[in-house]
Amino acid sequence: MHDAESLIEAMAGQLRELLAARGITEPMLVGIHTGGVWIAERLRQLLGITAPLGQLDVSFYRDDFSRIGVHRRVRPSELPFDVEGRHLVLVDDVLHTGRTVRAALNELFDYGRPASVLLAVLVDRGGRELPIEAHVVGARLTLPLDQEVQLTGPELLHLVIQQTG
Amino acid sequence: MSATHFQLDPQGRLLHFLTIEGLTRRHLTDILDTAESLHGVAERRVKKLPTLHGKTVVNLFFEASTRTRTTFELAAKRLSADVLTLNIATSSAVKGESLLDTLRNIEAMQCDMFVVRHEQSGAAEFIARHVKPHIAVLNAGDGRHAHPTQAMLDVFTIRRHKPDFAHLQVAIVGDILHSRVARSLIHALNILGAGEIRVVAPRTLLPAQVENLGVRVFHCPDDGLRDVDVIVMLRLQKERMEGALLPSEPEFFQRYGLTEERLTLAKPDVLVMHPGPINRGVEIDSRVADGPRSVILEQVTNGIAVRMAIMSITLGNHARPAGETV
Repeated sequence: MHDAESLIEAMAGQLRELLAARGITEPMLVGIHTGGVWIAERLRQLLGITAPLGQLDVSFYRDDFSRIGVHRRVRPSELPFDVEGRHLVLVDDVLHTGRTVRAALNELFDYGRPASVLLAVLVDRGGRELPIEAHVVGARLTLPLDQEVQLTGPELLHLVIQQTG
Repeated sequence: MSATHFQLDPQGRLLHFLTIEGLTRRHLTDILDTAESLHGVAERRVKKLPTLHGKTVVNLFFEASTRTRTTFELAAKRLSADVLTLNIATSSAVKGESLLDTLRNIEAMQCDMFVVRHEQSGAAEFIARHVKPHIAVLNAGDGRHAHPTQAMLDVFTIRRHKPDFAHLQVAIVGDILHSRVARSLIHALNILGAGEIRVVAPRTLLPAQVENLGVRVFHCPDDGLRDVDVIVMLRLQKERMEGALLPSEPEFFQRYGLTEERLTLAKPDVLVMHPGPINRGVEIDSRVADGPRSVILEQVTNGIAVRMAIMSITLGNHARPAGETV
């Protein structure tokens, strides 16, 4: 259940089918820092995608800047390709409220107008506060509010459930 | 409480950016790292981030400036803030309005940040102490005292080329006495652990006891520039000079100007820097200013990302509840 690597293989299978069904031959993977990037790298290998990976740091697009300010560990976003007219696959580790994905979409659209955006997540833990759903999900978990699930890495990926705090 | 401490909240987070003095290495590297993330925004199709959407930034420039003012404006706008620029020299200060009255009037317009440049040392701190608590104040240069955002963009530029500060030899050349840029840069380099900081200037252009700043003094560039990694040329601050501290500009150029020949004294991969605006043929030869070692224009570009970082960090810290550690 918490074996991240096999969950990612399952994700790759789902994604392969979905891309085929939609006739998408050259998807561009975009990982959300940090866990999403690790997963996107694995997916890229598993799917044999040669195009470079995009990486997003959504810190400056978050909706809670007024409450928590700048997060210390910002990294540059890098999209080494033109977003315009491309089919993107946004990848994140945990889908919870949906606010991170909302921020990522806003950021992607400041780079250009993609043809489509699919969402692939390792874990959907429910608790959505926005109308956002993933197309590809590794595992669904229901967690109490005082617990969180985190992906650790980057060499060996593990899912860890712990108390928030 | 000094300016140094006043700019920090009880948890040691930056609320204002008044002076480099007294900041920790962590404060500086957080700014540099954040600026690195923001650097790519200028190359995007949409050169904007929504971070300061709905915030109002007021540029209070009591002293003339084009470059600093425009980079602060661009920095605020690229973070989606609304920007007001007040060139006070041409406005109500001339009609006799006191500084505090000017402030109160602007505060009544509900703004979130003041960027202040003033000919009096201490002006930015004075304003920071008198504004409402939710307002962040950035020092864009106060008299001879400090120009902390310039120092940050200078070290940011250096770090992008030569990240190993521990072994860095930096020479700051020219009118150190009148230079707030030099003071702030010396503080920043010391905090970041720079190997050696040299000041190269005639005695008349050095402050008394300058060694106390943690620098090695040279009066001759032929010694001072030898083997350095970075040369920072300062502008002759004619508008700040009283009394004949120098014979003439041509003589300054002859004795201290950065020529191609003097440049060969330094390391082959030396960085040539200048806070601008440059006086060609006074402190620097055109061929050097425009040459391959010069990063002068890069400094200008970097100034935007660095100011975006400082604005985000200080305004972000105003938002955070007390008691949360960083």
